[in-house]
Amino acid sequence: MASFILRRLIQSGIVLLAVAMIAFLMFRFIGDPVSQMVGQETTLAERAELREKLGLNDPVPVQFLRFVGRAATGNFGISYQMGQPVDRLLAERLPATLELSVFAMIIACLIGVPLGVYTGLHPKRWLSRLFLVVSLIGISLPTFFTGIMLILVFGVELGLLSTFGRGETTQIGWWTTGLLSVSGWKSIIMPAFTLGLFQMTFIMRLIRSEMMEVMRTDFIKFARARGISEGKINFGHALRNTLVPVMTIVGMQLGSIIAFGIITESVFQWPGVGLLFLQAISTADIPIMSTYLLLVAVLFVAINLTVDLLYYVIDPRLRADNVARGA
Amino acid sequence: MEASVRPLLKISGLRVEYPGRRGTFVAVENMDLEVGRGEIVGVVGESGAGKSTIGSAIMQLLEPPGRIAAGTIELEGQRLDQLDATEMRAIRGKRISMIFQDPLTSLNPLYTVGKQLIQTIRTHSSRSEAAARQEATALLNAVGIPDPEIRIDQYPHQFSGGMRQRVVIALVLCTNPDLIIADEPTTALDVSVQAQILDLIKKLAAERNIGVMLITHDMGVIAQTTNRVAVMYRGRVVETGKTHQIIHAPVHEYTKSLIGAVPRADVKLDRFPRISYIEAATPAAKVFDIETHWLGRTRPDAKVAQPASVGPLVSVDGLTMRFVVRHAILPQNRVLFDAVKDLSLDIQEGEVMGLVGESGSGKSTVARILSGLYRPSSGSMRFDGQDVLKMSRSADVNAIRRQVQMIFQDPYSSLNPRMRVDSIVAEPIQHHRLASSRDETYAIVDDLLEVVGLGKAAGRKFPHEFSGGQRQRISIARALATRPRFLICDEPTSALDVSIQAQILNLLKDLRSALKLTVLFISHDLPVVRQMCDRVAVMKKGELCELAATDDLFNRPRHPYTTELLRLMPRI
Amino acid sequence: MTSNSTGRFLPALRDSDAWHKFKGSPLTIGAAIIALLMISSALLSPLIAPHDPFDPRAIDLMNSLIPPAWHEDGQSSFLLGTDDQGRDLLSAILYGTRTSIIVGFVSVGAAVLLGLVAGLLAGYLGGFIDGFIMRVVDIQMTFPSIMVALLIDGISRSLLPREQHDQLALVVIILALSLSIWPQVARTVRASTMVEKNREYVQAARVIGRPAGIIMVKHILPNVMGPVLVIATINFGVAILGEATLSFLGVGIPASEPSLGTLIRIGNNFLFSGERWIVLYPGLTLALLVLAINLLGDWLRDVLDPKLR
Repeated sequence: MASFILRRLIQSGIVLLAVAMIAFLMFRFIGDPVSQMVGQETTLAERAELREKLGLNDPVPVQFLRFVGRAATGNFGISYQMGQPVDRLLAERLPATLELSVFAMIIACLIGVPLGVYTGLHPKRWLSRLFLVVSLIGISLPTFFTGIMLILVFGVELGLLSTFGRGETTQIGWWTTGLLSVSGWKSIIMPAFTLGLFQMTFIMRLIRSEMMEVMRTDFIKFARARGISEGKINFGHALRNTLVPVMTIVGMQLGSIIAFGIITESVFQWPGVGLLFLQAISTADIPIMSTYLLLVAVLFVAINLTVDLLYYVIDPRLRADNVARGA
Repeated sequence: MEASVRPLLKISGLRVEYPGRRGTFVAVENMDLEVGRGEIVGVVGESGAGKSTIGSAIMQLLEPPGRIAAGTIELEGQRLDQLDATEMRAIRGKRISMIFQDPLTSLNPLYTVGKQLIQTIRTHSSRSEAAARQEATALLNAVGIPDPEIRIDQYPHQFSGGMRQRVVIALVLCTNPDLIIADEPTTALDVSVQAQILDLIKKLAAERNIGVMLITHDMGVIAQTTNRVAVMYRGRVVETGKTHQIIHAPVHEYTKSLIGAVPRADVKLDRFPRISYIEAATPAAKVFDIETHWLGRTRPDAKVAQPASVGPLVSVDGLTMRFVVRHAILPQNRVLFDAVKDLSLDIQEGEVMGLVGESGSGKSTVARILSGLYRPSSGSMRFDGQDVLKMSRSADVNAIRRQVQMIFQDPYSSLNPRMRVDSIVAEPIQHHRLASSRDETYAIVDDLLEVVGLGKAAGRKFPHEFSGGQRQRISIARALATRPRFLICDEPTSALDVSIQAQILNLLKDLRSALKLTVLFISHDLPVVRQMCDRVAVMKKGELCELAATDDLFNRPRHPYTTELLRLMPRI
Repeated sequence: MTSNSTGRFLPALRDSDAWHKFKGSPLTIGAAIIALLMISSALLSPLIAPHDPFDPRAIDLMNSLIPPAWHEDGQSSFLLGTDDQGRDLLSAILYGTRTSIIVGFVSVGAAVLLGLVAGLLAGYLGGFIDGFIMRVVDIQMTFPSIMVALLIDGISRSLLPREQHDQLALVVIILALSLSIWPQVARTVRASTMVEKNREYVQAARVIGRPAGIIMVKHILPNVMGPVLVIATINFGVAILGEATLSFLGVGIPASEPSLGTLIRIGNNFLFSGERWIVLYPGLTLALLVLAINLLGDWLRDVLDPKLR
């Protein structure tokens, strides 16, 4: 077990270092950091002095190590465009994005899992076929178009829900939440649904196909032949066996939550990190871009590690394998 | 069986059909069968006979769109075929249980053995968790699992194949069923384990007065285990009766051919008896004269083909194959496994050498080393006097490759599904440039297909259009296409029905003597080996136990493991 | 292909499961017809479109924001109305769809090529090459396609002057989409290759003496194409959505070029003032196209590879 975790940690470390390298290369070599920081009237001498002060004349590996060292302590430099430290900008906006993503994922799972189980168990029923076609439409609709249509119906026509921003937010420590006010709830529903729709259909289709596969296995037939009740077979034996592959893919899909988060935040003007990133792109604000890149990589690696650990909880084959070999 | 009025299970006039878009397929037709308490009734037949369908029909577990079209199934007078799903669930497990073929996939990998047992016990009785656990432990003990108190909390993957099948039997016994349907319960197991499991089933049936319906393709299993037997052919029962009587005095032609086709362990026959009953039987293989035929034509390496030396054709010395099971950075953490340990063996020109062993004995690894698929970790290997492992020129290696060919076990994976049969057979000819033109190549291919008894029309088809036996003939044609001297046969018939097996083995025998091939024949099936081989090597856990002339080995085994294998060998 | 081989191929097709499943599903037939119609009319857009909406000389600002023809203020010459610059919406949609299809086709084609090579090498050769390729795939998969595209766009934006960036926009988009799709292809091909590699027909080819390159191309490649075709179809839809999304976000195709995503972005500004057709019709076109492709992808998956997810 320990060696497994160690191995995964080392692999994650390599991935993070590779990403840090990309981020560093962007930071260092795309555009001139000095000319981005100073005004037109700065003299060449002053620029050279700044260059020396920033360590831009040091050997590149040294600069990279310094970059990693700073990043590890949360120092990502200063935004070209806004003139503020990047870490503070991101920290301000992170709660909004996390609240939206988690809310969307909850919606996706709450609807996607039961639908997947149902359509997987009864693939021939007309209701299943209907769900399947609807889910296909869900996958085919561009996220931004879904968002716009929701705004059109619930925001413009019916005037029920707020079409942009987070509504009224409350400060709790460094965290800001919109979930303590009515306007906050009215604001989060549409973006969360927009963001969750794709994940929902994805989870549903995944569970469905896994479920259908497990239902064909011998051990399910044997459980049936022993007279075990349908409920125990479906939700105990079958669903549990689908979880390992489902978790892997859902873990990987969290990446797409982040991606679609950018779009959703743009459509609903949601003040999260995605919107910040998008603004950074259009103004070529490299520090924000490279930091966002690192942030996503860290999130992804953390999620993957969690998924790996959950494997151990769910699948005894992995656990015992190591015990047997360790002995 | 007592002279009770009603048998435990009574099937009459059963017809099971699968409606499909190309017409209805009738899997079982007009089937009658009775099973009494404490009795083991065998249902025997080759693939496609419909024998497995019966088990599913009784349990109402037919895969859709299969359905019972006519007939009745009664369990002590109660009509099972008329029960609805809920009523049937109360019968399933409680009164009838089923053992599946593959113990590796029959158990839920994520639940402990105990959890699966306790869940089943509590489904059918109102026992407390603790009482059910006690019962489960007792059952594991009853089916011969050592340390049941410890094993009960382990997961299926921690059990060996035979032990898992014991767990499956314990699960089946959980609820004291009256009838057990065992569908090929030992096919996936080694001979030694098979004998133990069959003994266990026999013992339990007698002790607990359970009726057993044993479905199998193996006449040996039938002869050893059952009281009565029904022989099935193409969905119909062709003959029923006491096992002893059917084995020794079969009446129906099909039964006669089926029993005739089973390789005998006691005497070596020249050829397997012809199966007269099977339709589309043995296509007449083309008879050819080796003096004039392409297959016998002077080979490009004529000097090598006619060796002046009298040394063995193939000679391996101290062969070891080591696999790294788990990689690690530190050498002491690596997990290593020796599939073959220090093996030395000589095969003489023109001889058929048998290689026998159970799964995991390393016999297939030996085949893969000799055919060049694996490079051994240590040891030396000589072919016709040349040290194969030390060769560096690719032309030399290619020359050896041409002379060594292999026939594989699984006819369904040994042919590329996307290639036409003629391209498959032509590939070795083209690779080794054995023909001067495309036309000549394909003329040779057509001829080869006739030699193996397929006819040249087969060349334009794809592999999926052929049956298992026909595919194995294609494999043989491909192996012959390089005009090899040494042919490795890795379980060439273990995936085939006995009647087909007899045909393929006859073909191999004919070709061997016509082409004077040297053969390494690998099998787990001792009777087959006795029929095919001049000498036999027995392997166990990667090591060579015994090597002797076939008759000596079968009549006077010296190694205790050989003795044990021979004792457990199923006999009719 | 000679006429002889097609002659044998057609009855085989008529008899196959694929054709049967196709015939039995009106949804699939409908999807095929819609996809075919949309793709052919899009590719023929320069010939069949009523206007050339991207020729500055042909655009008249006087015609801006005209509603579809069936509205009170509609004009029959602008069937689906016009946008804020007076471009005919129907023509813009046709040209935009053409862009979508070209981007989808090229980016998926490049991704499949790269993925096939990488997957075959990794799966067949294993060892260090496998480890290296799969780590690259892992890192690539860490970043969702949109993000990769945005990053590449951002980088090219700061490296290139504005006009050049606009000219290269299409290339940047295709590059970004290919980069985000190839890891999936590589993974699938690698997994299938590892299965096929252990099949006995591959071993038979090795026993014959065939070198690795020939085995990969002649034996393994044809047997892994099924799942690749499914992945390619599904990702064709994904790529089209990706292009539209990037253009919608304003980092894809420049506004002077035709794109459905750009049209929707323009329309989005008129959402509250009532000119909804500018959003609606491009959006529906996009959704319908992708839906038809996804339906076909589902059918292919059923036919070619029931186990693929």
